[in-house]
Amino acid sequence: MDRAATEAKIAALIEPFNKKGVAISDATTFAGDLEFDSLTVMDFVAAIEDEFDIIISMNQQAEIETWGQLVDAVVKLQG
Amino acid sequence: MSDLFSKFDPLIEMRSNLLATGVTDPFSMVMEKVLSPTEAICNGRPTILLGTYNYMGMTFDPDVIAAGKQALDDFGSGTTGSRVLNGTYAGHRAVEDALKEFYGMDHAMVFSTGYQANLGIISTIAGKGDYIVLDIDSHASIWDGCKMGDAEVVPFKHNDIGAMEKRLKRIPEGAGKLVVLEGVYSMLGDIAPLKEMIKVAKDNGAMVLVDEAHSMGFIGPNGRGVAEEQGCLEDVDFVIGTFSKSVGTVGGFCVSNHPKFEIMRLVCRPYVFTASLPPSVVATACTSIRKLMHSHNKRAHLWENSRVLHKGLRDAGFQLGTDEPQSAIISVIMPDLERGAAMWEALLKEGLYVNLARPPATPAGMTLLRCSLCAEHSAEQVQTIIGMFTRAGTATGIIG
Repeated sequence: MDRAATEAKIAALIEPFNKKGVAISDATTFAGDLEFDSLTVMDFVAAIEDEFDIIISMNQQAEIETWGQLVDAVVKLQG
Repeated sequence: MSDLFSKFDPLIEMRSNLLATGVTDPFSMVMEKVLSPTEAICNGRPTILLGTYNYMGMTFDPDVIAAGKQALDDFGSGTTGSRVLNGTYAGHRAVEDALKEFYGMDHAMVFSTGYQANLGIISTIAGKGDYIVLDIDSHASIWDGCKMGDAEVVPFKHNDIGAMEKRLKRIPEGAGKLVVLEGVYSMLGDIAPLKEMIKVAKDNGAMVLVDEAHSMGFIGPNGRGVAEEQGCLEDVDFVIGTFSKSVGTVGGFCVSNHPKFEIMRLVCRPYVFTASLPPSVVATACTSIRKLMHSHNKRAHLWENSRVLHKGLRDAGFQLGTDEPQSAIISVIMPDLERGAAMWEALLKEGLYVNLARPPATPAGMTLLRCSLCAEHSAEQVQTIIGMFTRAGTATGIIG
């Protein structure tokens, strides 16, 4: 799956978690802009993992701060 | 001024806002005198203790105390050394032998605290390229063990067997796998479906570590924990436990049947690079563990206490962490931290101490009043406790 298709799928997954309807760009941060707490992160990560049948370990999550980094990581993890 | 402490500013502010309401600080209470496993003098007032981990009430057992005093006389106040150098005395071996007997396992390794047992075992056995699959509600010592090691850490939703299985199946071929579970989760007092979870873990080629800190001495026909109760203890590769709960002193341990387990004594840094437990501590632990093997009547009374308190609080209108009593922990869910702290203080003034638990220790951002029962609580005390809760809950508006 290419980057655009991956991003579109993740964009659909984030909708229920983006309660304030924050406009998302590559630079959008999860902790800052989207105000995700650890529980939201867990549920959102689980949704992505199930959609793409991948694992995003805590170690990898620690490296992901922005939307752009997340999309890149999911593209890479799909191999 | 901005410095390294600036990151704590939000917490400092939250705390000062809470104390500004005039509430007694829930996190700096001092017990001036401890009268028994169930009673103390707190802030000058006789208080029933319902927030300790003294599940089996062993702290004032005369045999336990005599063993500690004898060890102080015979071996001195401390070992001043590591277990692998000058810090293994006869008492350390004796308590490891008692643990092997208690669990019916081949190997036992005693650490200086339960925290270090999780920290040491998890960080040592799961290394670079291995995967740790763990429940999201795991204790801080488990998370810290994961962080200290180099393995990939993969959490799953609390007690969700399907979520655990999916993650296990996604792990790359050939990677080492460790599943970490707890028997009793200490915040809500709920237990894990260990039998089903361990079967899934084994079917997917994982080793299994179960923390039985809050079940030892109480749950299971012989007090070996939730895995014994559910008939799957023989499938657990590593049981982690503590001396600071039912055993009634301090220390931690791991028991295992793994044939190569003894090598852990040389490679596990939180075991090697710290002083061993004082002789009096291992002597009290050893005596207590041996008495716990035969404490069937106490176990039955503790279950009775748990059932009566759970029903009493539920009937009074409180929201509880579990629908049925599953352990010696009954967790009362508070609407928020402010009202939780007010209720906590009202209970203290009634003469009852419970634990006020709040995030990040609690799941889902909950504020909890955590009640942990003791086998030495009398049936009358449990009724007194229910009365105190009802009065304090009405006064603070928690129940209608």
